[in-house]
Amino acid sequence: MDEKELRKLIDEVKVGRLSRRSFVKTVAMFGLTAPMATQLLTWSGVAHAQAKSVYKPTKRGGGGALKLLWWQGATLLNPHFAVGTKDQEGSRIFYEPLLAYDDEGNFVPILAAELPSVQNGGLAADGKSVVWKLKKGVQWHDGKPFTADDVLFNWEYAADTATAAVTIGSYKDIKVEKIDSHTVRVLFQKPTPFWAEAFCGTRGMLIPKHLFESYKGAKSRDAPNNLKPVGTGPYRFVDFKPGDMVRGQLNTSYHEANRPYFDTIEMKGGGDAVSAARAVIQTGEFDYAWNMQVEDEILLRLEKGGKGRADIVSGGNIEHIQLNTTDPWTEVDGERSSVKTRHAFFGDAAVREAMNMLVDRQSVQDHIYGRTGVATANFLNNPERFRSRNMKFEFNVDKANQVLEAAGWKRGSDGIRAKDGKKLKIVFQTSINAPRQKTQQIIKQACQKAGIDMELKSVTASVFFSSDVANPDTYTKFYCDMQMYTTTMTQPDPQVFMNQFTSDEVATKDNKWQGRNISRWRSEEYDKAFKAAESELDPMKRAALFVRMNDLVIGSRHIIPVVFRPRVAAISNQIRAPLSGWDNDLWLLRDWYREA
Amino acid sequence: MSKYLLRRLMIVIPSVIGISIVLFTVLALAPGDPFEELATNPNVPPEVRANLRAKFGLDDPVALRYVRWAGSMLVGDWGFSFASRIDVEHLILQRLPTTLIVIGMSQLLALAIALPVGIYAATRPYSIFDQIASTLALIGFSLPTFFTGLLFILVFSIHLDWLPFVYRADIAAEGWRFYWEHFRQALMPVAVLGLFQGASWTRFVRSAVLDVIRLDYVTTARAKGLAERAVVMKHVVRNALIPVVTLVALQMPTIFGGAIVTEQIFRVPGIGSLLISAILANDTPVIMAVTFVLSCLVILFNLIADVLYGWLDPRITYR
Repeated sequence: MDEKELRKLIDEVKVGRLSRRSFVKTVAMFGLTAPMATQLLTWSGVAHAQAKSVYKPTKRGGGGALKLLWWQGATLLNPHFAVGTKDQEGSRIFYEPLLAYDDEGNFVPILAAELPSVQNGGLAADGKSVVWKLKKGVQWHDGKPFTADDVLFNWEYAADTATAAVTIGSYKDIKVEKIDSHTVRVLFQKPTPFWAEAFCGTRGMLIPKHLFESYKGAKSRDAPNNLKPVGTGPYRFVDFKPGDMVRGQLNTSYHEANRPYFDTIEMKGGGDAVSAARAVIQTGEFDYAWNMQVEDEILLRLEKGGKGRADIVSGGNIEHIQLNTTDPWTEVDGERSSVKTRHAFFGDAAVREAMNMLVDRQSVQDHIYGRTGVATANFLNNPERFRSRNMKFEFNVDKANQVLEAAGWKRGSDGIRAKDGKKLKIVFQTSINAPRQKTQQIIKQACQKAGIDMELKSVTASVFFSSDVANPDTYTKFYCDMQMYTTTMTQPDPQVFMNQFTSDEVATKDNKWQGRNISRWRSEEYDKAFKAAESELDPMKRAALFVRMNDLVIGSRHIIPVVFRPRVAAISNQIRAPLSGWDNDLWLLRDWYREA
Repeated sequence: MSKYLLRRLMIVIPSVIGISIVLFTVLALAPGDPFEELATNPNVPPEVRANLRAKFGLDDPVALRYVRWAGSMLVGDWGFSFASRIDVEHLILQRLPTTLIVIGMSQLLALAIALPVGIYAATRPYSIFDQIASTLALIGFSLPTFFTGLLFILVFSIHLDWLPFVYRADIAAEGWRFYWEHFRQALMPVAVLGLFQGASWTRFVRSAVLDVIRLDYVTTARAKGLAERAVVMKHVVRNALIPVVTLVALQMPTIFGGAIVTEQIFRVPGIGSLLISAILANDTPVIMAVTFVLSCLVILFNLIADVLYGWLDPRITYR
C-alpha cells in the first residue's frame, strides 16, 4: 500500500463511505497497527472517536486519600525549575499544561478548549504558527481567572535567560501574541511540524501571572510560590516538605465535571525502588509508586497474591550499544576519540556486522530485563507510527565467526583474531548498574567464542553521566571502543531524539563534549533526511523520513539497539490511572479513581 | 579550670576552620554537578546549565567560594540549596524534629536496656544471666542496622502485617490516634537503632561495673554490712558510670546527625536522609551545612565530656 492509496482510503472515511473501523481493519492487513491508523485519521482531519480514558465516578470527591510513593521525593514545586521528573511530577499535581500526551503519543487538550488543527484554523498551512483557544471558566486555586495573559507570561518568564528556567529550550525560539482574552498565537521562526511543545506536556505546565509577575528574571529564586504552588489542577496545595512530602486536597472549583475523585492526595518521597514496590504491590500501604527500577523477577514474585501490580507503558527510551567510529586511543589536538581519526577495526563493516550478531538481545530480555526491557532491532521504537519494519536482529556466533574469517580476521595463537597486526581487543564501558553488568557479561562470552577479546569497564553512574570536562570517563567523551547506556526520548515526536546522529551535534572538545552525537557517526544522507524532516509538514512523509533515518543508523551497524525500556510503575489493583510513556505519570491525575 | 576552658576553646577555633576547609575542598573536588540531570536532557540547551552554574557561583575558584561560604556562615546564612532552591536552614529545621524524636527515643531505649542489664550482669559475672546477656549483646552489635531493619520489615510488616514500614512525619489523625499512629510507625526504626546501640553499651557498662566492683572499697562497704543494693547503687554504679557518661555525651551529636541507613530504609524524613539525598544530588550547600554543624557538635560535646569527667571525678585536675 502506498501513500496514494492510503490517502484515497482516508478520503473515503471522511465522506462517510468507509467506517472508521473498516479503515483500521483494511490498513491493518497491510501491516499498519491500529494506533497508527487512528493517528492517520486524526491527522487527516477525521475526528477522534472518543477519549480513551474511562472515568466512572459520577460526583466530585468522596474517594478518600490517594497515597503516592516516589522513591526520590520532589525537591521543588515550580515546573519551570523542575530538574528531574520527580519535580515535574510534584508540580503536576497542582499545575496543568494546555495539552498533554497520552500513551500512544496522541494529544489530549487540558487547558486548551480544543486541539488546534488545519481544519479549525488553529494550525497555519505554512506550519509557522498555531492558534490556541483556551478553555473558559478556568480558575486558579486562589479564585483568579485563567486567561491568555497567563500563557503569555509563562513564555516571557521561561524565555528570559536570567530566570534560568530549565524549560527555556521550549520557549526561547518562539513568539507568543495575545489575540483576545482566551486566544493566543504561537509564532515559530520556521515551519514546525511538531507544534505541540511550548505549553504542552512536561515542560508546558502553566504558572499564574499574578503571583510570579514580580519574580521574573534574576529574582525568580525568591518567589514564595516556588514552594507553594497555586495552579489550575485537580488538587490544591496544602503542605510541602522538600524531599519528603507533598500534600494536596481536592479543588472544589476544578474545571472538569465530577473530578477529581479523591479528597486528599499525598506524595511521599525517599527510600528505594524495591521497598516502594513492596509497599504498593505487597502490603498495599500505598496506592501508587513511580519508576520501578526493579528486576522483573522481583516484581513478578511480589505480584503473586499481592494487592497491586506492575503497570507497564511504552515510551521511547532505548538501551543501546555504540561502536566508536573514531580512535579512542590516539590523542589529536588534546582530545581522544577525535572526529579526525578513524577507529582501528570498527571502520571495517565486517567487524561491526559480527558485533551485531554477537549481542544476544533475546537473552538479555529473557534473563535480565523481562517485561521491563524488550529486545529490538530499531533505535526509534515508539510511537508506533515511527517504528521501522525493515530491521531484523539475530544472534549467531557461527555466522559472526564466518563473517570475520571471510574478511581476513584470522585467529592468532592466543585465539584472538587479528588482521594486519591489529588485534580485535575491545574495551567496553557502561555505568554501574546490575542489569548493565550482566548484559556486558553476556556479550563478552559471545565475543570470546568469536575470537574477540573484550575488557569490561564499569564507571559509577555519577561520573559516567556527568558533564565534567576534566573527567575522561564520561559517556560523552567516549574514550573507549564500545559503550552502552539508555537514551531517553522525552516527547512523542522523534525530532529532538533523532538529532543525536546529525553531524553538527558531534561531541568534541570544541563544544566541551556537549554535542549530542556521542557515537560520532556521521552520514550525509542522514543529515539530509533530518533536515527534510525538520520542515516536513505532511505527517506521513515525515514519519517515512524518520523510519529512513532509523534504518540508516541501524544499517551502519555502528549502533546496536539492545532493549527498549518501557516505563514501569507499581499500582494498587483498585486504582484506575491512565498512564503515559510520553508525559508525566500524573498527566491525567484528574481521571484517577478507586474502583470499589 | 577557667584557664583550661579558655585554652580548649582557643584550640576549637583552628580545628573548626580546618574541618570546614577540608570538607569544602573535598566537596569541591568530588566529581559531579548539581545540574547534571540537565546535561542528559536533550530539551535543555547547555547554556541553561552554564547560566545556572554562573548564578550559583559554581564556576568561581574554590578559594573564593570558600571565603564566600565562610563569610555568610559567620552571619548565620547557611546557604541556598541548589536542588530545592530554598535556604538550607529551612530544610534542616523541617527535618530536625523527626530526627530528634526518632534518634532521641532510640538513645533512651538503648540506655534503658544497657544500664540495668549491664549492671545486673556485672554483679553476677559468668552467671547464666550474664552469659545470655553477653551473647545477645554480641549478636546485637554484630548485626548491622540495615540487616535488622530489613528483617524487621519482612517479619512485622510483610508477614505479620502489624506495623507500617513507611514513616510519615505528618499523620492526618487527631487525639490518641495521632499518638498511636506515631508510636506504631516509630516502633521499628527506634527498636532497630536502640537495640544496636544498647547492645554495645551493655558490654561497656558491664565491664565498667566489673572493674569497680572488685576494688577494695567495695569489699569494705560490704564488710560494713551495707545492703547489697546500697553497695551497688551508691558505691559501685556511681563510680563506674563516669566513663559511661562520657561515652553517652559523645553520642549526642548523632541525635542531630540522624542515622543515614536506618532513615533511608524506613523513609524517616530526618537529617540523615536529607544528607544522603543531598549527596546524591550534589547539593553542596546542604551537605556542607549538615556535615559542618555535625562536626561542630562533635567538638562541642567532646569538650563537654571532658569537663563533665572532671566534675564527676575530682581526682582529675585540669592544667
